[in-house]
Amino acid sequence: MLYAVLCYNSEEVVTSWSKEEDDATMARLAIVEKKLAGAGRLGPVARLMPTTTATTLRKAGGEPVVLDGPFAETKEQFLGFYMIDCATLDEAIAAAKDLADANPGTGCYEIRPVMVYHPSSVTP
Amino acid sequence: MSDLAWIDAALTGARPQALGALLRYFRNLDLAEEAFQEACLRALKSWPDNGPPRDPAAWLIFVGRNSGIDSIRRRARQQPLPDDAAISDLEDAEESLVERLDGAHYRDDILRLLFVCAHPELPSTQQIALALRIVSGLSVKQIARAFLVSEVAMEQRITRAKARVAAAGLAFSTPDAVERSARLSAVAAMIYLVFNEGYSTGGGRDDTPFCSEAIRLCRLLLRLFPGEPEIMGLTALLLLQHSRALARFDAEGTIVLLEDQDRSLWDREMIAEAFALLDKAVRHGEPGPYQIQAAIAALHARAARAADTDWRGIDLLYANLEHLQPSPVVTLNRAVAVAKTRGPEAALAMIAPLEKRLSGYFHFFGLRGGLLMQLGRRGEARADFDRAIALANSAAEAAHIRLHLDRLMQEAPGEPRAGRAEQRPEGNP
Repeated sequence: MLYAVLCYNSEEVVTSWSKEEDDATMARLAIVEKKLAGAGRLGPVARLMPTTTATTLRKAGGEPVVLDGPFAETKEQFLGFYMIDCATLDEAIAAAKDLADANPGTGCYEIRPVMVYHPSSVTP
Repeated sequence: MSDLAWIDAALTGARPQALGALLRYFRNLDLAEEAFQEACLRALKSWPDNGPPRDPAAWLIFVGRNSGIDSIRRRARQQPLPDDAAISDLEDAEESLVERLDGAHYRDDILRLLFVCAHPELPSTQQIALALRIVSGLSVKQIARAFLVSEVAMEQRITRAKARVAAAGLAFSTPDAVERSARLSAVAAMIYLVFNEGYSTGGGRDDTPFCSEAIRLCRLLLRLFPGEPEIMGLTALLLLQHSRALARFDAEGTIVLLEDQDRSLWDREMIAEAFALLDKAVRHGEPGPYQIQAAIAALHARAARAADTDWRGIDLLYANLEHLQPSPVVTLNRAVAVAKTRGPEAALAMIAPLEKRLSGYFHFFGLRGGLLMQLGRRGEARADFDRAIALANSAAEAAHIRLHLDRLMQEAPGEPRAGRAEQRPEGNP
């Protein structure tokens, strides 16, 4: 089954990393990704720009409203996601653990089975 | 990243919020800093063993507040009791736990802390030093090194700045919309000062963290005020200027002009983020000086080669900027675009009236020298370059003009080569 691993972390902290720390973290994550990709289990991966670049479209009856910023004010922000093919939930948790180990400090990984998936036709 | 490096990043990230809250409690910058410092020391002892707290800022506020209250009580035993009004409230510290949940003060706390550093009473050098010390938490040593002054001198500068702020008095009531907006623009200007200090002194070697620090502060401000198009514009502007950091200086530390820069060294991630912010800002339909300056920088960023630059668009944007924020420096910058679209003579005519007001300005003589050189007026060009060197703010600026002079000397008389106009980063004062 395809799982989405949604990564949450404090943006204040992540944007306080030095360039070296950021690069080192990305390098460690690349190792985890490589392992998954080698097993043919890695789907799309995305790291999102800071929440300051976000726009929210909110539909609540009538014309949808376009707002600046992310939808919710939370201590941790949605910073990126992985799509990973896993046979069992345990496998998905194990993959999320690898990602968590590669990331310094705290953070939160929401593991959600994917219901509908349209493979990408975009090559950015 | 080691535990300690992570904790350091977490403390830095939580600093504005935690210090801002402590400043509101204690209404005294020194006391707030002391309390925050104590909380950080305890974090360094406790977090590696107990694991980091879920909400580092709340942890630091809670611990800092308790330790601040402790230290006030200790002092009270030795000295007469302080005026109660000096402390906002000393009720059960548990209350702070409840308070962190609503977080209603969060935004104004951080804005107040930033505004302390942007206080109109402070000269710009003190604003920069105070912001880097208080909000960013850089050491006095780091700041002193970047300003090329001794640690003692920097310590004094910061102490003087704090004394001025204390004497001027700080408003601790929740600001109304007008006051909030005034604080916001003062803070934005202060952040731009911090950036420019790094931009003009730091070079591409990133040995001063001012530029990246200014960007961090700007993103923080934008998270607090996500719907402010001018803060989007300022963030975009800083990102675009900083995206060229690696290309702006060569190995010898000489300035590389925008049109000569290796554009593959420009940071594409920063540029993409800036474009995203500008897209958002434009939707508001409220253009302002930061947005226009960012739009100008964006036109440079969009040109794959210098020759592809949309100088006509840049000229138009500068015309708008002149209208919104008339200043001789803006006109000077516009003249660079005019030189490209209408030729050096038109540009010379445009800047001629500025001489009196810009007589102490390096870039005026750098640009005019360049224009005169293009027109083959070598003697006058040389005189302007000499004046530019005398007015240069850094060794890199002077070295850059010397290159022009060398070129001038090598050219046979009567054979003007296409000289280059001095290109100033758009909008940089």
